[in-house]
Amino acid sequence: MTPAVAVSNLSKHYGDIVAVDGISFTIGPGTICALLGANGAGKTTTIAMLLGLVVPSGGDIVIFGDDILADRYRVLPRMNFSSPYVDLPQSLSVRENLTIYARLYSVRDIDGRLAALAEELGLGPVMDRKFRSLSAGQKTRATLAKALLNEPELILLDEPTASLDPDNADRVRSSLMAYQRRTGATVLLTSHNMTEVERICDHVIIMRTGHIVDAGTPAQLLDRYGHEDMEQVFLDIARNSKQTAGRERGS
Amino acid sequence: MVAAFSWKRVYAIVLRYLYLLRGSWPRIIDQAYWPTVQMIMWGLVTKFFATHSSWVAQGAGVLIAAVLLWDVLFRAQLGVSVVFMEELYARNLGHLFSSPIRPYEFVSALLCISLLRSIIGVGTAALLAIPLYRYSIFDMGLSLVAFFSVLMVFGWAIGLIICAALLRYGLGVESLAWASIFAIAPVSGIYYPVATLPEVVQPLAWAIPSSHVFEGMRAVLIEHRFDWGLFSTSVVLAVLYVALGCWVFMRTFHSAREKGLLLQVGE
Repeated sequence: MTPAVAVSNLSKHYGDIVAVDGISFTIGPGTICALLGANGAGKTTTIAMLLGLVVPSGGDIVIFGDDILADRYRVLPRMNFSSPYVDLPQSLSVRENLTIYARLYSVRDIDGRLAALAEELGLGPVMDRKFRSLSAGQKTRATLAKALLNEPELILLDEPTASLDPDNADRVRSSLMAYQRRTGATVLLTSHNMTEVERICDHVIIMRTGHIVDAGTPAQLLDRYGHEDMEQVFLDIARNSKQTAGRERGS
Repeated sequence: MVAAFSWKRVYAIVLRYLYLLRGSWPRIIDQAYWPTVQMIMWGLVTKFFATHSSWVAQGAGVLIAAVLLWDVLFRAQLGVSVVFMEELYARNLGHLFSSPIRPYEFVSALLCISLLRSIIGVGTAALLAIPLYRYSIFDMGLSLVAFFSVLMVFGWAIGLIICAALLRYGLGVESLAWASIFAIAPVSGIYYPVATLPEVVQPLAWAIPSSHVFEGMRAVLIEHRFDWGLFSTSVVLAVLYVALGCWVFMRTFHSAREKGLLLQVGE
């Protein structure tokens, strides 16, 4: 089966700084995959390269069989993305913001799609409110609505539940999982919430200083490191670089 | 396959600006405020000089026409660079450029918005000049269309170069967006002939399209003739400058992708 995402020997250097150093991985269609790592591990840069927002220094990215560097505009309509580091215009209402992006993604029946998303994500009461007036949870749900507008086959989510209270975080996760079950979409997300990763992810890739240091299903990683939860696995890898060095796959 | 150029995507960005205008009356007033203040001030100067200067008396409304046309250039540039700054303030570039919109579609949208802003801003001031000073710039007819078009295109060129600087250096160069156009005002010969400039500066003046437009405007208003030589040179120069502006923007956009600036750009 053709992987949804195939990355080989991908690297990004900013002068002397190595953000991503020759990583390779594949993500199967319909998989929810987590890209984990401490701050500065290279997760956001990797996602930005998958979107074509950042040009790699080397390596290849193939999404749905198309080379993202050569055929970016063939693939982008099949993808979408959200990140806490990128906002929607604050002076526009949620409806206006979503309408603009629906047009950019050539969504048919914009009103119908917006109504469905408002229902799915509980955005109905705030659709006509300015983005700046929303709470953090509402903003995250509105941004997730933007990420689901075009019914993407690949969703890239950078810390989708960052700074959310447990209730809002749960709503975002539930919406995401419901969408994934309904459409069979592939999801790549970064997260610092290990409970979330255990709960929703089929596959985990762990990065440190631009390298992939380990990968597998949550169950495989728990077993490999002899811990009961992913939090401990994460800490083990982050704090015991010598121990984990032996386990590094380097690709 | 996604179309290589889509007016629908261009319209989506224009719509974003229309939503912004619709939701903010200060923004609407702001479009016409400065052109109107300038027009009123130069209208009063014209009234005074009409009885004290044979040159101004000869060409009725030459100063009002000059200030309105200058504002076309200013609005055209601002229309591009300020709208781009809105995207930087909103930290929205990552979402925009991970969508199927192409950079040149985005540039096309900026140019459309700039045209809209200039028509609203300068159009309001031009209409107000009719009852206030009994002067209608529209009496210039097709000459006005010609001058307007060249100044719009030149303003776009400067606006695109400023956008490139904003993309490269962030909002730290914001003041450039507002002030840079004034650097070419003295050599554009807005209110005086290019011959008034020191001789060493005159070649610089003739190298930009705006000086040709203002000389052409004076030829129409004072000598009652349309100077085709000045006009054709201004068109060639404007096209060259806008091609340069597009190239600089596209080159900087590519460089921003290499440097990872689309996700970082801001203050």
